[in-house]
Amino acid sequence: MDAIRLVEAAQLKKDRAGFAPGDTVRVHVKVVEGEKERLQVFEGIVIRRRGEGGRASFTVRRISYGVGVERTFPLHSPRIERVEVARRSRVRRSKLYYLRGLAGKAARLKEKRAPLVPATAPEQ
Amino acid sequence: MARKEGLIGRKMGMTQVFADDGSQVQVTVIEAGPCTVIGIRTTDSHGYDALQLGFGAKKKNVSKPAAGLFKKVNVAPMRVIREVRLEKTEKLQGYQLGQALTVEMFAPGELVDVVGVTKGKGFQGGVRRYGWYGGDATHGSMFHRAPGSIGASSDPSRVWPGHHLPGRMGGDRRTVLNLSVVRVMPEQNLVLVRGAVPGANGSLVMLRKSVKATKAQQAQQKGVEKK
Repeated sequence: MDAIRLVEAAQLKKDRAGFAPGDTVRVHVKVVEGEKERLQVFEGIVIRRRGEGGRASFTVRRISYGVGVERTFPLHSPRIERVEVARRSRVRRSKLYYLRGLAGKAARLKEKRAPLVPATAPEQ
Repeated sequence: MARKEGLIGRKMGMTQVFADDGSQVQVTVIEAGPCTVIGIRTTDSHGYDALQLGFGAKKKNVSKPAAGLFKKVNVAPMRVIREVRLEKTEKLQGYQLGQALTVEMFAPGELVDVVGVTKGKGFQGGVRRYGWYGGDATHGSMFHRAPGSIGASSDPSRVWPGHHLPGRMGGDRRTVLNLSVVRVMPEQNLVLVRGAVPGANGSLVMLRKSVKATKAQQAQQKGVEKK
């Protein structure tokens, strides 16, 4: 194994593979408020996955109070508790940037009829 | 003259690692050492204090003079030989011929300097090489990226030595000061330093303890790491 992969291998999370662009996911993020740490859920459609190894990231888009919000997470970030797949949709491209120009009914995606398996188990 | 202990290494490439608080840290992975001490220079015998280090096994095409050198200290031939100067003769004590130096001489949070040869850029114009502004591309401008005036006329009737002109760029030895060590992986001989270092992936670099960091800077770096 080359040195770069070796360095990255140590921090890869094995449970972060089971979702793709078009899926609606719930990302459980650890947030620090003052002294305490709590979980915050960010739910939306995955519009992009990019990068490989320890540098991979994904972007989740949601409409919050009528405003489009996109958040990009490092895929293997220790700040992410888990990623849950709520719904899978049939999409024909890997980057769903076209959703940015659409709103309401037009921004819907057709659901993929497949057995829904829990994508991620909570980490130990 | 830089006078600190160091190692010879190879730049493996860059990546990022997660810090304890979950933030990403951009790092360069350097494979450093093990370096064998193949010579010791002392003020008494050579006029200066330094360690001569060897790095990387060399199996083929070992010249006879080189083979003799390595045989004298009873180590296998090495590909790279470099000297690192030390500030005091006393520092040489504790080093013996044939001793192997490893990345364990560095600790996370420590500040280090990295010396490398920058990537060659070939023959470049002044705009790229020295950051000249150049002229307007449009609006009837007839001056684009040319050097312009390079001096006065009949007096001095020549161009001053050292005047900035287009030419070969890159391939220079450069030192980056005060990069902090993020992680040390002794089993793989790897050191992760924060930030970029000169040279292409696979190129030779020298890694040494910081020459210019103040004690306060060093202490602060270590404090950051402990948190």
